[in-house]
Amino acid sequence: MADSTIIRTRDLTKAYGTKVAVNHLNLEIRRGEIFGLLGPNGAGKTTTILMLLGLTEPTLGDAQIDGHDCTRESMLVKRITGYLPDNVGFYSDLTGRENLRFTARLNGIPEKEIDPLVDSLLERVGMAHAADQKTGTYSKGMRQRLGIADVLIKDPEVIIMDEPTVGLDPEGMREFLTLIRQLSTEDGKTVLVSSHQLYQIQQICDRVGIFVDGSLIACGGIGELGSQIAARGHYTLEIEAEPCDDRFLGYLGGLKEITDISKEGNTFVISSTEDLRSGITQFLGTHGYKLLHMHQKGGDLDEIYRVYFEEAEKEEGDENDDRHGSRKHRFGRRER
Amino acid sequence: MTDTAAGSTVSAAEKGKRRDIRYRSLNALYRKEMADHVTSRRFIIILVLVIAMTVASVYGAVTGISAAIRDAAMDSKSAFDSSYMFLKLYTTGGSSIPSYMSLIALIGPFIGLILGFDSINSEKNSGTLNRLVSQPIYRDSIIIGKFLASATLIAVMILSTGIAVGCAGFLVSGIRPTGEEAVRVLIYLIYTIVYISFWLAMAMLFSVFTRHAATSALASIALWLFFAIFMSLLAGVLANAVYPVNTEYQQAFNGLNNYNLNLNLNRISPYYLYSEAGSVLMNPATRAINAVSYAQLVGALNGYLPLGQSLLLIWPHLVGLLALTFAAFTISYVGFMRQEIRGN
Repeated sequence: MADSTIIRTRDLTKAYGTKVAVNHLNLEIRRGEIFGLLGPNGAGKTTTILMLLGLTEPTLGDAQIDGHDCTRESMLVKRITGYLPDNVGFYSDLTGRENLRFTARLNGIPEKEIDPLVDSLLERVGMAHAADQKTGTYSKGMRQRLGIADVLIKDPEVIIMDEPTVGLDPEGMREFLTLIRQLSTEDGKTVLVSSHQLYQIQQICDRVGIFVDGSLIACGGIGELGSQIAARGHYTLEIEAEPCDDRFLGYLGGLKEITDISKEGNTFVISSTEDLRSGITQFLGTHGYKLLHMHQKGGDLDEIYRVYFEEAEKEEGDENDDRHGSRKHRFGRRER
Repeated sequence: MTDTAAGSTVSAAEKGKRRDIRYRSLNALYRKEMADHVTSRRFIIILVLVIAMTVASVYGAVTGISAAIRDAAMDSKSAFDSSYMFLKLYTTGGSSIPSYMSLIALIGPFIGLILGFDSINSEKNSGTLNRLVSQPIYRDSIIIGKFLASATLIAVMILSTGIAVGCAGFLVSGIRPTGEEAVRVLIYLIYTIVYISFWLAMAMLFSVFTRHAATSALASIALWLFFAIFMSLLAGVLANAVYPVNTEYQQAFNGLNNYNLNLNLNRISPYYLYSEAGSVLMNPATRAINAVSYAQLVGALNGYLPLGQSLLLIWPHLVGLLALTFAAFTISYVGFMRQEIRGN
């Protein structure tokens, strides 16, 4: 298909009473990319996903997957969209294999194709060894991998995952992320991942959208967002030098580009409006200092996220100080 | 609601495809529910309960009937009425064991409750419902499939135990059913299936609207106890409040109204409806279920009601029970279709 956009939302809005969970979301996700939907708990990520799957109706606006309206043609949408929910559940009295067979039957796969398909998928997600155990005995990581197999049964074009990495151990996480990456690179699937865990997402996403309080505040590639931050004059530099004396401090104090200095252990964290690296290294070099550690932050998602999130908070705070506290409260209530 | 595609102009092919999807997903869900039930521990509990009930009631009936015959033989004045002996296997208790009929009326709802109380909310809590609704199936297939699977199990269980009571009674006592008796028993068993399905629908209703399985179990048990025990007390109290019968004058004036109100209030309870229908069906000597005046009885011959006339008496009961079942199921259906299902 010529259209490279597979998921498109227009002014997608969902309100629960007076609380707006998703606020005029305009999102375009391209075919074959991994898109990360990032935001704190209760930002409206899950609600957005439910609307994309036609499981809840938008108050306003619409969403389309592959040209099908998510609300009115939800059967078509569900046929091409795989959904791995937050905390995916399986029938604990059935084995992993039986659970997958059931999903295959629901998807109308002919009986004689079911077993080979299920076997190949179990192999693929590395669950063949535990296929005949009851899923009640599975660990979180195993359930998550079986979840991927479950999603792949219908051979979807789009895979939507809601907080897939929560509760995985580092090893499980690494394997899981590799699997997701493969889905995109090898199978050409479009993947939408929602998460509040930034580091993991950063490793695999082509583009991210930052979602705060129902609104998308930034959207783009990680490099792109990083340079956007830099363009606004946000630099953060970590530096550690020896000896750490008053002369060095005096030099730093004299730089007028610096907006803030804090000290963590022996490391200075310097916020500035310009890139200071060349100036500082020159100073250190000419005065016989030993440079122990230097790291320019920014460009990683954590920093991007912090900056955007702080900005959104600040705007909100300026608008109305009273709402600030209550908003936090609502976060806690929404995500049970 | 959101699962049904809009647009009134759909081609015949598309319609056929939709029917296909509906049938396919309903079939898959039905089979899975059935398999789940049959292999579950709770099914064994129900099975043990039902078998114990059946055995006890057969034993009670056989000893009860033989005691009645012995008494009649000793007392020459009261002749033992030997017509419709086969039905007595179901209606007679003995050695302080209640009859099959009263046991089923009391314990039967339990079967429906056990099969239905956690059908929706446990799937919600374990996160499987979430996965289920994201499959390309119509959402109502889920709740219909669950109801049908449990109702089928109830039907199988009731028909097999009901027939087993007859067979065991026949083997032990040699009482042979006449054609009419067999039909009466069959109709009675159908009433029983509807009655228990009502409790199944009720339990599913609670499971749609409550969050925890324990809550829905308690709520449905509470309702069961209310109808089985407290409804009749409440009806009496209310009837006496509206039409007091404390003095002789009030008795003469309000007596009939009091009785009718009491009766009609009781008939709100499915337990009462079912018991009344059962007693008419299984005891052809029952000629009326409402208050009958002496004037109406003048010239009446004391005989048995034919099957058709018995059915005429309890036809409203069947309609009422079915209506209650459909009402409960419809409310849970609509509630389920409108619910937003999200992970927790």
